[in-house]
Amino acid sequence: MDSATSDRAALQATADNGLKIVVVGGFGVGKTTMVRSVSEIRPLNTEETMTRAGEAVDHLDGVQSKTSTTVAFDFGRISLDERSVLYLFGAPGQERFWFLWDRLFSGTLGAVVLVDTRRLADSWYAIDRLEHHGTPFIVACNDFGGPLHTEQQIREALDLSDDVPLVECDARDRSSSKYVLITLVEHLHALSQGNASATSAARPEITPEKTPEPTS
Amino acid sequence: MTRRRPGRDDAPDRLYTLTGGRSRSGSDAFDLVTLVVSECEPAPGMQSEHVTILRMCTRPTAVVEIAASLGLPVSIVRIMLSDLLDTGRISARHPRTARVADRLPDPDILEQVLVGLRNL
Repeated sequence: MDSATSDRAALQATADNGLKIVVVGGFGVGKTTMVRSVSEIRPLNTEETMTRAGEAVDHLDGVQSKTSTTVAFDFGRISLDERSVLYLFGAPGQERFWFLWDRLFSGTLGAVVLVDTRRLADSWYAIDRLEHHGTPFIVACNDFGGPLHTEQQIREALDLSDDVPLVECDARDRSSSKYVLITLVEHLHALSQGNASATSAARPEITPEKTPEPTS
Repeated sequence: MTRRRPGRDDAPDRLYTLTGGRSRSGSDAFDLVTLVVSECEPAPGMQSEHVTILRMCTRPTAVVEIAASLGLPVSIVRIMLSDLLDTGRISARHPRTARVADRLPDPDILEQVLVGLRNL
């Protein structure tokens, strides 16, 4: 870690615009590692709980009557200039998490789907959900030294369209993680200007709704 | 309310106590990255979490950082913040990425982000 060893270095008094980028991925894929490698603070952890008031009462006859959903997530931060602060969230790709997506990550600039090429299937659900939510994203393959795959093989395995950028990275490496973020923001910028075949941003078609219902 | 147990896995009762029994409020106004700034000093008799928030937020502090520091769920912190906002003890700087659902962010903001990232 560099100079920012205190976990709560204060922001500048002029800071007034918080921005969000989410790093999504399966367990152990390196989300926190990536957040840590570019964050100016040691990554912090917090959680959100959603109590399903009202609805839960009706389902007490069901199996474990789960009345609340809790997800934990890590985050770090990057001060971009005297006014803008970028928060990076490392978010689990599991089902219950998506239940809280709108509540937590509405207004997110975009997402990085971090994948381990040895476990590509772990990313299917996250990609599907991001498309469903209309959140623009890129895919970054964290290098775990596994067998090499061609870009085409990975795209096919992920059913990824050509207009979604796909990059390789080493999440432990600051400049590599920085490059991933820059690639994402450049992609967003291109989309916002309508340069890229802009359909990838908010594809309304997407699969039949797989509602991430934690209760039923 | 009678037993004190350390850590955030306290009985849910405690969370309700912190928020005066509410589990929701108009607190959705607080985004995870809304920056909170104290507008007054902590006063004697204030709830300890409120005191902590006011001390933390002498400089702008994001909602999510407050939650992490208090070890409380974000939704609980949002309720406490809306109380503090209603009584003028804090001010809130909301994100400017007009959070229109499914809309791409403003190109100007993205350019600023790019400059900031490249300068890292």
